[in-house]
Amino acid sequence: MIKAILIFNNHGKPRLIRFYQYFAEDMQQQIIRETFHLVSKRDDNVCNFLEGGSLIGGSDYKLIYRHYATLYFVFCVDSSESELGILDLIQLICFFLCVCVFVETLDKCFENVCELDLIFHMDKVHYILQEVVMGGMVLETNMNEIVAQVELQNRMEKSEGGLSAAPARAVSAVKNMNLPEIPRNINIGDINIKVPSLSPF
Amino acid sequence: MALKIVKGSIDRMFDKNLQDLVRGIRNHKEDEAKYISTCIDEIKQELKQDNIAVKANAVCKLTYLQMLGYDVSWAAFNIVEVMSSSKFTYKRIGYLAASQCFHEGTDVIMLTTNQIRKDLSSPNQYDTGVALTGLSCFVTPDLARDLANDIMTLMSHTKPYIRKKAVLIMYKVFLKYPESLRPAFPRLKEKLEDPDPGTDAESHLVELLHNRVVALISLRRCDFFAVKYLGLLAMSKILKTHPKSVQSHKDLILQCLDDKDESIRLRALDLLYGMVSKKNLMEIVKKLMLHVDKAEGTTYRDELLTKIIDICSQSNFQYITNFEWYISILVELTRLEGTRHGHLIASQMLDVAIRVKAIRGFAVAQMATLLDNAHLLTGNTQRNGICEVLYAAAWICGEFSEHLEDPMQTLEAMLRPKVATLPGHIQAVYVQNAAKLFATVLQKHEGETESQAAQETSQLLIDRLPLFVQSANLEVQERASCILQLVKYIQKLQQKNVEVAEEVTALFAGELNPVAPKAQKKVPIPEGLDLDAWINEPPSESESEDEKPKAVFAKEEPKHSRSRHTEVDEKELARRREVRKQEQANNPFYIKASPSSQKVYDAPGVEHIPVVQIDLSVPLKVPGMPMSDQYLKLEEERRQKEKAERKKEKKKKREKRGKERKADSGPESEEDIAPAHQVDIVTEEMPENALPSDDDDKDPNDPHKALDIDLDKPLADSEKLPVRTHRPELLKSPAEDRDSESVPQETKKKSGKEKKEKKKDKEKDRKRSKEEKKKKKKHKVEEELLESQPEEAVQSEETKEAAAPPTSTSAEQEVCVLMCVCLQEVTAPSSAAAAVDTSSATAPESEPDEPKDTEPEDTKSSKHKKKKQKKEKEEKEKKKKKRHHHHHQHHGDAGGEDSVQNGTVEEEEPLPPMSNYSLLAENSYIKMVSVYDIQGNHQDESKVVVSVIFENKSDSFLKSMEFNVLDSLNSKLQRPEGAGAHDSLTVPFQLPPGVSNEARFVFSVQSIVMPQKLKGTLTFIVKSDESSTHEKLDFKLHFTCTSYLITTPCYSDAYAKLLESGDLKGSSLRLEGINMPFHHLLARICFHHHFSVVERIDSCASMYSRSIQGHHVCLLVKTSDQTVSIDAKCDEPSLLGNVLDEIKQTFSKC
Repeated sequence: MIKAILIFNNHGKPRLIRFYQYFAEDMQQQIIRETFHLVSKRDDNVCNFLEGGSLIGGSDYKLIYRHYATLYFVFCVDSSESELGILDLIQLICFFLCVCVFVETLDKCFENVCELDLIFHMDKVHYILQEVVMGGMVLETNMNEIVAQVELQNRMEKSEGGLSAAPARAVSAVKNMNLPEIPRNINIGDINIKVPSLSPF
Repeated sequence: MALKIVKGSIDRMFDKNLQDLVRGIRNHKEDEAKYISTCIDEIKQELKQDNIAVKANAVCKLTYLQMLGYDVSWAAFNIVEVMSSSKFTYKRIGYLAASQCFHEGTDVIMLTTNQIRKDLSSPNQYDTGVALTGLSCFVTPDLARDLANDIMTLMSHTKPYIRKKAVLIMYKVFLKYPESLRPAFPRLKEKLEDPDPGTDAESHLVELLHNRVVALISLRRCDFFAVKYLGLLAMSKILKTHPKSVQSHKDLILQCLDDKDESIRLRALDLLYGMVSKKNLMEIVKKLMLHVDKAEGTTYRDELLTKIIDICSQSNFQYITNFEWYISILVELTRLEGTRHGHLIASQMLDVAIRVKAIRGFAVAQMATLLDNAHLLTGNTQRNGICEVLYAAAWICGEFSEHLEDPMQTLEAMLRPKVATLPGHIQAVYVQNAAKLFATVLQKHEGETESQAAQETSQLLIDRLPLFVQSANLEVQERASCILQLVKYIQKLQQKNVEVAEEVTALFAGELNPVAPKAQKKVPIPEGLDLDAWINEPPSESESEDEKPKAVFAKEEPKHSRSRHTEVDEKELARRREVRKQEQANNPFYIKASPSSQKVYDAPGVEHIPVVQIDLSVPLKVPGMPMSDQYLKLEEERRQKEKAERKKEKKKKREKRGKERKADSGPESEEDIAPAHQVDIVTEEMPENALPSDDDDKDPNDPHKALDIDLDKPLADSEKLPVRTHRPELLKSPAEDRDSESVPQETKKKSGKEKKEKKKDKEKDRKRSKEEKKKKKKHKVEEELLESQPEEAVQSEETKEAAAPPTSTSAEQEVCVLMCVCLQEVTAPSSAAAAVDTSSATAPESEPDEPKDTEPEDTKSSKHKKKKQKKEKEEKEKKKKKRHHHHHQHHGDAGGEDSVQNGTVEEEEPLPPMSNYSLLAENSYIKMVSVYDIQGNHQDESKVVVSVIFENKSDSFLKSMEFNVLDSLNSKLQRPEGAGAHDSLTVPFQLPPGVSNEARFVFSVQSIVMPQKLKGTLTFIVKSDESSTHEKLDFKLHFTCTSYLITTPCYSDAYAKLLESGDLKGSSLRLEGINMPFHHLLARICFHHHFSVVERIDSCASMYSRSIQGHHVCLLVKTSDQTVSIDAKCDEPSLLGNVLDEIKQTFSKC
């Protein structure tokens, strides 16, 4: 089982967190800090596996991570050998693929994965992730299938108008206007106000 | 200007979206917290609006803030609102937020059940998908139970997208609600076997990956470490199922031992463990030994050492063909300096020497050499772990001294002055075994005319032993002085030429056998031994009253310390260690560790560890080549020889038999490898008729234990998943009389109905399946019919229905009662008449004020008749096909009469000395004792469980008990869904005379700062032979503030912080004339008011407790001359006041 998926940057700032076991928020932050500490001190040319930190369950859990540009993708998985051990085996092997799939899917959906995309579209990343891992279990590893499902859902959202529908987009365009320009506009506006007053028909 | 205003208003209208929030946070790096708090205020405003789009946007932002570590649980209800939006866009946001921050303790989760059910059955597959995904993250036992059936249906959804999600989520459902596993299993199995393109890609992947991974590991310059590691990991998993396919990659794995990454090396070691066979063991271990030599850094080397031993000793030395080789490997391992695992090697030596009889001669010889060269092992570093080996060596030499060639020399080696520098426990073994050797020497030289050697030995002992007599170690000293005296005595006898050898040897006669570690546990309990029974008379009542409080208090304490241990962080540990060191340094009784030895441990490099060059002249090692290698060579030669011989034989055979047996010519198969020596491995002893039990290996904390369910057992009706049915259907179910209209039974009926529906489904399934099953089923039915009469079969089924899960506790209780009653009927019918006699005879005496039991005395005999008549009548009735509650009632009736004996003989159960049970109400029929129990500390903030013990004091049967409480605004009795606010709850059992039983009622409480009293009534029917009357009993439930407190341990540092925080308001209380020991006082507060002691210093103690709603209550209790002053602090002053009042009351009573 996957216990948690953490994505954070080189400074340990969380970019996406997904816990499949409940931890209170402050605990989650501590886990992120601890994991970052464990992962960031490792060389890039050693293997990508290490024992989990004490907060997330110690040596019963493994941290499996990849370092992509400015981002760390960390999956925390258990290694308990239970009756369902064989299931875990399948999941563990798929795991690596899964990491690949996840990153590659991100590539496709965002054209090129970059930290900023993740920051501003955390919700979208979550939706993609949900199609790959469900409740700590690997759901789908076929990239085409995942992309297809994500796109169908996005299309559905568009047909509903989406959360950031047309008016909202217009608003954000207004908001994005450079403020220093606004006084100038106002000045022009004053003139403009004058103009109609000058030429009333 | 105008535009700015417009912009502002638009801002307010359309609010920030997630991107704006993120941008804002990035632009406010300096005062991020402040910015976010204003954002949260905005979000709160947005959540108040009716527009669902605005709400969804707000929830989306909250999800982001949750990631940053902000608690957003306050918005849980709004999240539910967004979840229930009809638009997919918003629904998705809602479910995402829920999956991020809902958990089992979230109270609004109960509200989601219907919404989720609606979404699961939505025509839009993505609504369903989103609901499944969300549910997979926050499924609770309740949700799992309620939705299991809906999810089961989804497993055969038309869309594979939904099917695979449903199959996966079933696993979560099973974990939360294990009861669903058995009913769901057949369909799940079907799904997994079904070659559905959506779900089975994974199993293929395993095979594919295996091949790919093998190829990748072999790449020498592979910077793809992940694959390497994973490949090894995958292999270790594949190894379990397909050992052969992995064993062929042995060389690759051995190469991995050279990897620079320690993770990979360790993984490879793990893998080797599973790969060894008789054939390759020696080779693998040889490679590992090379690595041991090369390995720098003790941790990895120690790991290698343990792995070598693990590999060799696994499954009872299964793979070792040559134990001489193994002993030499162990001896070689002793050359490791600075390892922690000396004891491991030692125990292996002992194990092998004891259990492999054939090897003892060789082992003893090797050990004697080891002892002779002990100085090499110990060196300067006397604290070296490897000297543990000498423990084993000395013991083996002593115990099996008959195999020694020159016991005299070994004896001399064991008594060298240098031995005195060894750790005490090893010296003790040396001394003891010197005595054994002495006995052997004596025996060897007995009968020789010149007993010079024997006398020399005695003299040697007498010369050397005084060294040990002076030892600081008690054990050594004791043994040495004892043996010294013995030897002196023997020497005297020797001088008189008395033969003593035999008597001395007798001291050490007898053989030690290995005992299995579990042997003690498996000793069967002898018949008739009851460990719970009192051996002596139990102590009298008055005594235990004094003892009890103490015991209760003492129990608290160890719990604290234990939990404290686990919580202590490393800093704290370090601090304590420091303090202890300081203490020890100041304490003259502690021998300080010599600084030199410490240095050796601290030194990071290897230069400090003296590298012991094993002298080539020492016969420990064959010059030029380690000894074990020799064996390897020998073994290879031997095998080749054998092979050659076998080939010859085979040729001969083939000539004889022709070509019949071509197939088994695999020359390398396991069976071909014969052990070099005939060894018999002595198995560990087990007690006679030991109980075969494998369950003791299981971890009780395994979360999957709940799933340890026998899936092959046929489904019982009670195990059916609860299915929602509609009320109208309920009404269609057969008419029932007044008794069963009560709510719990209604739910039972529901499940009964649903079961019937299921049965139909099942039958359809069965038709599809083979005929055989049908036959079986028929057979089963027939059996049932045989067992009971036809009508009863129907009844029994109906009673089974009653045990359906929805109200499992009450149903269980009911079944219990039923069973008891039935049992009574079965055992008692013959004595029924007698029972009736006694009842009528004794009843008036025992209950003189019993109004109903005023039976005329002349009916004694007629009653007897009546009874008989009644029985007959009942039998007639039976034939008339009754409803099950009739049946029930009838059983109850008969049972009631029969158990009158019990009722009169048994006395009222005495209440335990310190008990929270207090009398609620009683009348001549029934006595109610109640206790307020608090359930669910943090999860259910507002639930109080009241346990009520009902005791039937009459000798009539009490049934149809209904419990009702007049709800107040603050406290409400929790009634099942659909019941009105004034409906009463049926007590889920009936009471035969003299019997008591406990029922629990859940109350929801809003405010807990005030004590409260609730008026209630219990109505019941008193049923005697002639009549049944309705009776009523009023009572008052008193919810004290104390009952809202939960005993919560608190650590002194947290406690101090809490007090410092200044959020708490104080109050105080003085109690005069308290005449009890301080610890009794504390125990009383702990017990009656649910406090725990944080710290106690002399006559002053700090105590802590917590309310179910999280109020902290702190007490400082001081006592001096019968006056107790309590200073208290709490964040809720009125709660505190009430608690203090209650404490005062407690002490005013005593």
